[in-house]
Amino acid sequence: MSSLAAVTASNLRKDLRLEWRSKDAVNAMLFFALLVVVIFSFAFDPTAEESRQIAGGLVWVAFLFAAIVALNQAWMRELRNQVLDAYRVSPAPANALFLGKALGNFLFICAVEALLMPLFVVFYNLRSVGPAWQLVPVFLLGTWALVVVGTFFAAISLHTRSREVMLPLILFPISIPALLGMVEATTMVLTGIETPAFWISLLVVYDVVFTTVCLLLFETVLHAE
Amino acid sequence: MYAIFGDNGAGKSTLLRVICGLARPTAGTIHIFGSRERSDFTARLGYMGHAPLLYDEMTGMENLRYFAGLYGIGDNARCQQAIVAVGLDPALTRHVGEYSQGMRQRLSLARAAIHDPEILLLDEPFSNLDPGSARAMGRLVAEMRDRSKTILVVTHQAAHLADIADESLWMAAGRIAAWERGITAADRAAASAVLS
Repeated sequence: MSSLAAVTASNLRKDLRLEWRSKDAVNAMLFFALLVVVIFSFAFDPTAEESRQIAGGLVWVAFLFAAIVALNQAWMRELRNQVLDAYRVSPAPANALFLGKALGNFLFICAVEALLMPLFVVFYNLRSVGPAWQLVPVFLLGTWALVVVGTFFAAISLHTRSREVMLPLILFPISIPALLGMVEATTMVLTGIETPAFWISLLVVYDVVFTTVCLLLFETVLHAE
Repeated sequence: MYAIFGDNGAGKSTLLRVICGLARPTAGTIHIFGSRERSDFTARLGYMGHAPLLYDEMTGMENLRYFAGLYGIGDNARCQQAIVAVGLDPALTRHVGEYSQGMRQRLSLARAAIHDPEILLLDEPFSNLDPGSARAMGRLVAEMRDRSKTILVVTHQAAHLADIADESLWMAAGRIAAWERGITAADRAAASAVLS
């Protein structure tokens, strides 16, 4: 019987390879998030202080919408040629597919964030008053929160007729606590007014709870007709 | 080897999907190797669907290595053997999306049989194939039968199984309407009529 770690690694390698060749998700995310950055920079002309106040919200709204594009794409690959059926008839653990997919999405979205953050800094003249290194755990935890729930709900919406519309409809409400944590923690680091410890803890709890729930339920989702 | 015939909508593909666990029966139970638990027999079944069940953006070998990994097979040589056995070149760098229909079907058969299953479920393995490719597919299926595998083939093209099928089943409205040894001339004519 295949081990969870080996099959997860195999799924991750396969997703990275497919994305490297098609660049469907990363290109779509990049253009979408870039458009949001540029349009918002035209719409607002904030001072440096105002930028620090609103940047947390702007950044995460841009990444949230961009992530939806990637999440929808991720499972579409499994529907073409009904490849998912080949996985379903195999003895490979269902969670290995979920973890491989979630880790792949996490890497794609992190790559887009790394590419776009310098643009945010330039367009909004951002200078962090608080310790900027704290943004690293906030972004990692926040991105995982979006990815783990998003990958799960994208799998659920696979067999619905309007899956592109369905995913944000079910994902956004359940992501509100995480989104609140990401925005508040980012704003606190940028403004340096308070420590973001509470919001980072909230993100940790959210990630642990939802990763566990998704892993427990994914087998049912995978084998649902 | 069992050849399964029937009109469109008779339940042939559904039967295979129920056997391999892709669909649930609306009534009754399925026992395979004496067990109802899917996990007990899933590694002993191979399923070739109507669709190729392959990634278009990967090469044939990359596809086989990935699917072999799902069965705990990390042996590259075994994937090469499987791909050679269906008449394809393991060194082919073309992606599966650029393969002809015949090559896809053969690779799909190699994927279904990569873990050397005892039971093979083949759904329309001859569909969209030219006569030459269909004959080649028939030979591959016959070779697998000769290696003592139990094979269930759903098809409308009875002629390709005429000399190799041991039993033929006719399905209608989700039930087995007829069951006979071999494939008769009447089966061939009736299956051709369904196809046309």
